[in-house]
Amino acid sequence: MKIFLARRLAQSLLVLLGVSFIVFFILYLTGDPALVLLPPDSSEEDVQKFRQAMGFNDPFIVQYGRFLVGALHGNFGQSVRHGEPAFNLVVERMPATFELSGAALLVALCLAIPAGIVSAVRRNTVLDYISTVVALLGQSMPTFWLGIMLILVFSVQFNLLPSSGRGNLEHLILPAITLGLFTTARITRLTRSGMLEVLSQDYIRTARAKGVSGPPVVWKHALKNAAIPIVTIVGIELGTLLGGSVITETIFAWPGVGRLSVQAIYNRDYPVVQAAVFLLSSTFVLVNLVVDVLYTYLDPRIRLR
Amino acid sequence: MDLAGASSPTRREWIVFARRLARRRTALFGLVVVMVVIVSALGAPWLSAYDPVEQDITNRLRPPGALDAAGRAHLLGTDHLGRDILVRMIFGARPALMVGFAAVAISGVLGMGVGLISGYFGGRIDDVFMRLADIQLAFPFILLAIAVIGVLGPSLPVIIVVIGVSSWVVYARVVRGAVLSLREREFVQAAHALGSRDGRVLVRHILPNAFTPWLVVATLDMARVIVIESALSFLGLGVQPPTPTWGGMLADGRVYISTAWWLATFPGLAILVTVLGINLFGDGLRDTLDPRLKL
Repeated sequence: MKIFLARRLAQSLLVLLGVSFIVFFILYLTGDPALVLLPPDSSEEDVQKFRQAMGFNDPFIVQYGRFLVGALHGNFGQSVRHGEPAFNLVVERMPATFELSGAALLVALCLAIPAGIVSAVRRNTVLDYISTVVALLGQSMPTFWLGIMLILVFSVQFNLLPSSGRGNLEHLILPAITLGLFTTARITRLTRSGMLEVLSQDYIRTARAKGVSGPPVVWKHALKNAAIPIVTIVGIELGTLLGGSVITETIFAWPGVGRLSVQAIYNRDYPVVQAAVFLLSSTFVLVNLVVDVLYTYLDPRIRLR
Repeated sequence: MDLAGASSPTRREWIVFARRLARRRTALFGLVVVMVVIVSALGAPWLSAYDPVEQDITNRLRPPGALDAAGRAHLLGTDHLGRDILVRMIFGARPALMVGFAAVAISGVLGMGVGLISGYFGGRIDDVFMRLADIQLAFPFILLAIAVIGVLGPSLPVIIVVIGVSSWVVYARVVRGAVLSLREREFVQAAHALGSRDGRVLVRHILPNAFTPWLVVATLDMARVIVIESALSFLGLGVQPPTPTWGGMLADGRVYISTAWWLATFPGLAILVTVLGINLFGDGLRDTLDPRLKL
């Protein structure tokens, strides 16, 4: 177990190192940062001085090393637009993004697992068809369109729910549904196929033969075994949710990291972009590390691989 | 000696696949939808009664079915600059499909290459590629895409390359999985015994057999890429106006959501229907070619 943990941890650190390199490289691609950061009417001499002072004349690898050391200390430089440290700006917005992603995940799990189970247990009935069709539509529907349509119906037509901003639970409903729908569809389909597979196993037949009646077979014997792939996909889907929050936050003016980074890109505020990409990716890596460790408790066979 | 015939799906088997696929009505329906979208994208200039970019302010924001000042009908209405929505929707299929096909081609070829090499040679190379895959997957994809496109500036080639280069992982994993089991199969051993070099074994014997799962992934990935393309143009980081894009039309329509619902509704439906068609076809393809493939 210790070896497994150590290996998994080393792997995550390696991934984070790679992430930091790519994040740094994005800024390197912008060309001459001096021209972006300085006012356009600066003299050639000023530009040279600024480059020397900021270390832009150093070799690539030295610049990357400096960036990495800074990143480890939470220092991504000052936001060009807000004049505050980029790290602080992003960290301030993290709770909003976590709230939205968490709510979306909750919506997805609450809808998808029951729907998937019912679909599998009542296979080829009207319920199954409805859930399958809805899942298929959910998987094909672009998030941003769904968000706009929800605003059209619930905010514009019926004036039931607010269309923008963050505050109480009412503000959370539309964005959470918008962000969660794709994940709902994914998990529904996965639960259905997982349950179908498990329900056809011998031990389920044995349980039934021993006289265990309908619902307990499903809950106790089948769901436990179908749960493993669902737990994995929850880890992966969290990445989808964190990424998807970029668009959902833009539509609903949700004050999270996603919206901040889209605005930062429009404003060419690259330190903020770097901090946002780095921190969101790190969150995702961390969550997947936790999921993997949890996993070994659910299925001890994995440790042995 | 040519052993490929003994190992990879032959033409006759493909015909059998096609027949089985044709029996799945949902897959067939998906295929028809996709064909309609492709044909309208190709034939856009001939199918359209109006110019997709020419503005006509006197006829702005006409509701669906309304006649304009000249007495011409606009089936799905006009937008805030008086342009016909249906025509722009038809033209909007072009960037979507172009990005879809080109990006899938890039990531498909990259992923196929990585998967073949990783699975066949194993060891260090495999480790390196799989760690690279982990790094790639650690990024919230859309955020990475908008960051890079924001830096390089939005243009069709940049969008295609960014999406293409960052989507290889699924292909690589599926192909690698297939190669791992193929590597031990008798026909591969036989090819080795007959003196075939690694390169030849990979290309002639392993690749054709890893092709079916790859094809399924490519089909379903096309749906994802089209959604990403429209998401990018929705954020203003796609193909630039006045060229019509589904995402761009949606972004325009969002402003008028309380007064002119049709602006945002129809381009979204175009995305939904296209992506649904591809998903239905892809699901059918998977169930026919490789039912055990988990995607």
